[in-house]
Amino acid sequence: MYAYVIRRLFVGVIMLIAMSLVTFVLFFASPIDPARYACGKNCSPELREQTRKALGYDKPVVVQWTDFLKGVVQGRDYPDDPELRAAAPELVTHCPAPCFGYSVVNTKTVNEEIKEAFPVSLSISIAALVLWLFFGVLFGVIAAIRRGTVIDRGIVAVALVLYAFPAFFIGLFLLKFIAIKWQLVDVPVYTPIAEGGVGGWLSSLLLPAITLAVLYMAGYVRMTRAFVLESMTEDYVRTARAKGLRSPRVMVKHTMRAALTPLVTLIGLDFAGLMGGAIITETVFNYNGLGKLAYDATLTNDLPTIIGLVLLLGTFVIAANIIVDVLYAVIDPRVRVG
Amino acid sequence: MAFLSVRDLKVHFPTVDGIVKATDGLSFDLEKGKTLGIVGESGSGKSVSSSAILGLHRKTSAMVSGEILLDGTDLLKLSDEQMRRRRGKDVAMIFQDPLSAMHPYYTVGNQVAEAYRVHHNVSKKVAKARAVEMLDRVGIPQPDRRVDDYPHQFSGGMRQRAMIAMGLINNPSLLIADEPTTALDVTVQAQILDLLQDLQKEFESAVIIITHDLGVIAEMADDVLVMYAGRAVEYGSGNEILTHPEMPYTWGLLSSVPDVTGDTEARLIPIPGNPPSLLNPPSGCAFHPRCAHRDKVPGDLCVTTLPELAPGTRTETHLKRCHLANPDVVYEQEILPEIAPELVEEKQA
Repeated sequence: MYAYVIRRLFVGVIMLIAMSLVTFVLFFASPIDPARYACGKNCSPELREQTRKALGYDKPVVVQWTDFLKGVVQGRDYPDDPELRAAAPELVTHCPAPCFGYSVVNTKTVNEEIKEAFPVSLSISIAALVLWLFFGVLFGVIAAIRRGTVIDRGIVAVALVLYAFPAFFIGLFLLKFIAIKWQLVDVPVYTPIAEGGVGGWLSSLLLPAITLAVLYMAGYVRMTRAFVLESMTEDYVRTARAKGLRSPRVMVKHTMRAALTPLVTLIGLDFAGLMGGAIITETVFNYNGLGKLAYDATLTNDLPTIIGLVLLLGTFVIAANIIVDVLYAVIDPRVRVG
Repeated sequence: MAFLSVRDLKVHFPTVDGIVKATDGLSFDLEKGKTLGIVGESGSGKSVSSSAILGLHRKTSAMVSGEILLDGTDLLKLSDEQMRRRRGKDVAMIFQDPLSAMHPYYTVGNQVAEAYRVHHNVSKKVAKARAVEMLDRVGIPQPDRRVDDYPHQFSGGMRQRAMIAMGLINNPSLLIADEPTTALDVTVQAQILDLLQDLQKEFESAVIIITHDLGVIAEMADDVLVMYAGRAVEYGSGNEILTHPEMPYTWGLLSSVPDVTGDTEARLIPIPGNPPSLLNPPSGCAFHPRCAHRDKVPGDLCVTTLPELAPGTRTETHLKRCHLANPDVVYEQEILPEIAPELVEEKQA
């Protein structure tokens, strides 16, 4: 099992390196010239070349990419100019290893940007996960038990309608009506635990978490329902009934245990994806999480930030995959090696 | 009154296309310590009927009517909770494919002990000890160790033994074995059948064995019930039915048994056609579209009229559902030479 995890981690690192290269290549393949963009309105060709050099975009892509990898391992100075460091060290930003780059747009290292934004995205993701998992599985199981009845049809119909709404609609609706017009809650502003305590933290997460949870919940209701219904027709559920077990025990011990296993995969991947930033939700609520960071970085052609976020999200997804596979071995004895 | 007495059992499933009559008026009796074999093709209503005895059909999807008298109590009149208390305790069932019939996520011991605990107020430890004892009884080697294995770590025969242990752990007075050997190797089949016979003697249970394997019937059954399209078409003692069948469908079943001894000229003759739709069963005798002996019956009787399950030409207890007036003659002259020419020769000699 350990050998398996180590092998997976090794493959994961190789995938991340490949991802960084692809991101570099794609960035420079785009028709937008980042130097022209950074240079401003009245930009002479000389000024543009100067900007390009200052941003480090004058070097070949492969050199930039290897510089980036070197920075991850060794750390880097921005700008990487020994003369300037000797003359005016206060103008040089040192970025210690592992350094993911320096955002000229935000005048911060990417590591700092991520460190600031990550808690926001993590908080929203956790709050949303708890909500959607609880209600999604609950309604999914209820619909499966009451299949074919009005309750089942109602739950499925509502889930379908909610699923059809885009995130920005639900987010804007909650913000505009619940927070601003009817003033049922305060207009949400992200409050860390250190400032507002757990209560303040939770209440600041309420609306964005609900927005995300509604979307994911709809999918989870339908999937839970399908998995439970499928599991109810299994022979071992019939065996459990034939033993004379009470219905709740048949449902919980025999049906749901099997039905919820496939959900573990979905939860892992969905949660990893969310931690990389809920772009639309964070933008709607103006929360400075990873999603908003990614959105802004794309608008300002901020390559270092984009690279950093792509790699971070990639790491989450790869890690989630490994964790899910290991969890499977814990849940399903047939998967256990040896 | 017999120990188990089933009267006019009907199991109907309402669907959007109409009512599927999976079992349509089934009656039989079974004494303690005896074995009834139910034979028939897939979809003839064998499993549906036995599930009804166990009360496994959900009231939302199936309509069950008739009488199932077990030791004088009509199981169909019991409440859900009363039936649940009997299920697994008085009436137990062994299923066909032990790999899918056991939960893959729980140990064999957990599942066997669970069957005991649900009907006995004992600690987990006591139940587990009882499970080990039962696994030992059904011939699983090193039961104290294997009890913590998962079903996928057992071989097919061992899994079926464990299923039998699970079924018999509460010492049920009626055991239903639904194709207990179908998923197993031939060598293992014989062992499992022997085990079932031993345990039946030991526990004095009544056993219903459902199969489409006439070899199993010959080995196990005291009485035989042949089912076709949800109805009994022939019913009598095992010896009678296997040696003097009087219904063309039973003849078909006997003809399609492969003879592996190879020293006869017997051919494997499949029954032509497919099992009938239970939604729109054929008129009259449900077997008439596939029956090779229809022309021996005058008029359109086979197509228009459902024959009664009535005594045939031999004894009062050998019942058959067929319009043929002289099935014994037809069997002797047409069927027997086809399937067992050596028997005919013996007779002549």
